Amino acid sequence: MRSALSKAEIESDIASRFGDAFRIHEKAAPETLSTGIAEVDTLTGGIPRGAITEIFGPRSSGRTSLLYSLLAYATAHDEICALVDTNDVFAPTAAAAAGIDLDRLLWVRCAANLEQAFKATDLLLHAGGFGLVILDIGDVAGKDARRIISSWWYRFRRTVENRPTAIVVISEEACTRSCAALTLELHGTGEWSRNLLNFNSINVNRCRPFAPVLHESQFRAQAIS
Amino acid sequence: MFACIYSEKLEPDLSLAEFAYAFSPLVEETKPGTVVIDVDGCELLFGSAYQLAQEVARRAKQSRDSGGLDTSVSVAIAANPDAAIHAATRLDGITFVSPGEELSCLGEFPIPHLDYSLVNLEEEVAAEIFETLRLWGIHTFADFAALPVPGIAERLGQPGVRLQQLASGKTERHLKLKQPAPVFANSLELEHPLVELEPLSFIFARLLHQLCAALNSYALATNELQVQLQLEDQTVHERRLSLPYPMRDHKVFLKLLLLDTEMHPPAAAVKTVSIACEPVKPRVLQNGLFVPLAPAPDKLELTLARLAKLVGEENIGSPALLDTHRPDAFRMKRFVLPSKRSERQAAIGNQQHLGLRMFRPPLRAVVETEQGVPAQISAWGKQRSVYGKVVRLAGPWRTTGDWWREDRWARDEWDIGVTSSNKTSSEPPALYRIYRKLNSEMWFVAGNYD
Repeated sequence: MRSALSKAEIESDIASRFGDAFRIHEKAAPETLSTGIAEVDTLTGGIPRGAITEIFGPRSSGRTSLLYSLLAYATAHDEICALVDTNDVFAPTAAAAAGIDLDRLLWVRCAANLEQAFKATDLLLHAGGFGLVILDIGDVAGKDARRIISSWWYRFRRTVENRPTAIVVISEEACTRSCAALTLELHGTGEWSRNLLNFNSINVNRCRPFAPVLHESQFRAQAIS
Repeated sequence: MFACIYSEKLEPDLSLAEFAYAFSPLVEETKPGTVVIDVDGCELLFGSAYQLAQEVARRAKQSRDSGGLDTSVSVAIAANPDAAIHAATRLDGITFVSPGEELSCLGEFPIPHLDYSLVNLEEEVAAEIFETLRLWGIHTFADFAALPVPGIAERLGQPGVRLQQLASGKTERHLKLKQPAPVFANSLELEHPLVELEPLSFIFARLLHQLCAALNSYALATNELQVQLQLEDQTVHERRLSLPYPMRDHKVFLKLLLLDTEMHPPAAAVKTVSIACEPVKPRVLQNGLFVPLAPAPDKLELTLARLAKLVGEENIGSPALLDTHRPDAFRMKRFVLPSKRSERQAAIGNQQHLGLRMFRPPLRAVVETEQGVPAQISAWGKQRSVYGKVVRLAGPWRTTGDWWREDRWARDEWDIGVTSSNKTSSEPPALYRIYRKLNSEMWFVAGNYD
């Protein structure tokens, strides 16, 4: 008690000289970018700017559907977006049908070279001014994804900190470790109607790194006719 | 004092202005075939004004003999440019009009020879005044100059007063100096051929700095740099750097040029470096308060150049769809920041489009069919593989096109759900788009619905 009092006394004595340096400031909530999907926005509050968001899941889990929605929303709101496509899997025809303004999208194809993909992402982040930078390593084998050194993620996180750029990483397994501010795990189930693939029902689990599932939601992606 | 050099040639005579620069840097090209120079301060070089006029005539004759000027010239010297012009255009040879005695030289010139364009009068106005003067019986410059100024102002207005001053040889004005055509090109011949990029970068930096300084002095920018390297093997290495936006930052140009030279190195040592640019007006941009931030144009160009060096020029840009039904038809176009706001509307909804991840190139597959429909699939590639039992399927959809071309396509497409034997039964099947080529009966996996 005595020590606490003396600490308070000391702080009050020097407060005039150091202003409010001893007060703990609440970190302001980051600005977010809508995903264009009401359910996901409700679950996550949107994709945080100035931070890494990881979207992972197995094939056909809905990662690309979510990505299309995010890009369509961002480009329609005049954001300049960049997609680093490690395995050259982006489908412009399907993307245009999903409403993405392709003129606002810088597409970097890396011919399955993971190192090139990370260097390209780094260059884009350092250029600044992009609203959304997407690193798609969704087709990189799990063993290779696990070998990505953490320093890349820390570097990306530091680069975009306090900037309006959101980084989204698409992967098959969680690999950004503790660097991601938001992690979404997806699972999809195709819905068929006679001879037509109608929808992909997608379950979204919002996770924190190294923490159990916090919330769950669902949205559906319609097959493009 | 002003000297007017007049050539009867009606065509725009560029060589006359260049000829005049030999006597004074202050040259006005009044009209094709007529130039006026300010000769004040030329006494030390050419002596008196009359001696200068003689020198002009002598050099003009010399130049004509050697094929420089192709017509004879007349020279007139007067205290004001307009009097010199009138004297030179009406009188052959050398004319010296003493200050204050202009009318003794110009007085007998007929009124229609008054050059109204020198006082910025339109032809209709001047013709009306000339007609009025004719009706008054005024036929020469001297007659016109003798009229009282208040009366002229009252009857003919300010145009009449200006014309009277012109006829009197008493106008006062500054020369509209002709600026020498700016040259936005620099060249440097090297003492020793350069093999490495680093020493060449210093040469680039020097030339670009001069080029940007020239652009800056004219408030211009450039959107194209032309680089020409004369090589030791007597060949020429040419590169053109096109920029989407006009710029004049020599540091950015240097980095772009170095990146380009690294990507496209010259075949031999460099002997001469020449850099030229196309001058254009700089970009003026008003950003909106509510428009999201976009990359700075110069930074973006540098980033694109670095990315092009990293992944190859053909692998970077914006996708542009082609006007065809061919599956996965697109081309890469250069990425340029859009100048207009997006016209698309995006609403937050709960119904989204199903994403597709293309396999490039398509994965060759072995498909077992039962009663004509896929039942089992096995496809192995370097980066990915697809194998398992087809548990759900939809199709086929037949598409054909470009039958008149070598690369025509004709195929049956299926959407399939595949469950691997390794997966547990609770795991949902992965969704793929597969197709069978009709001409070769071969199966491929086009992509993965995701």
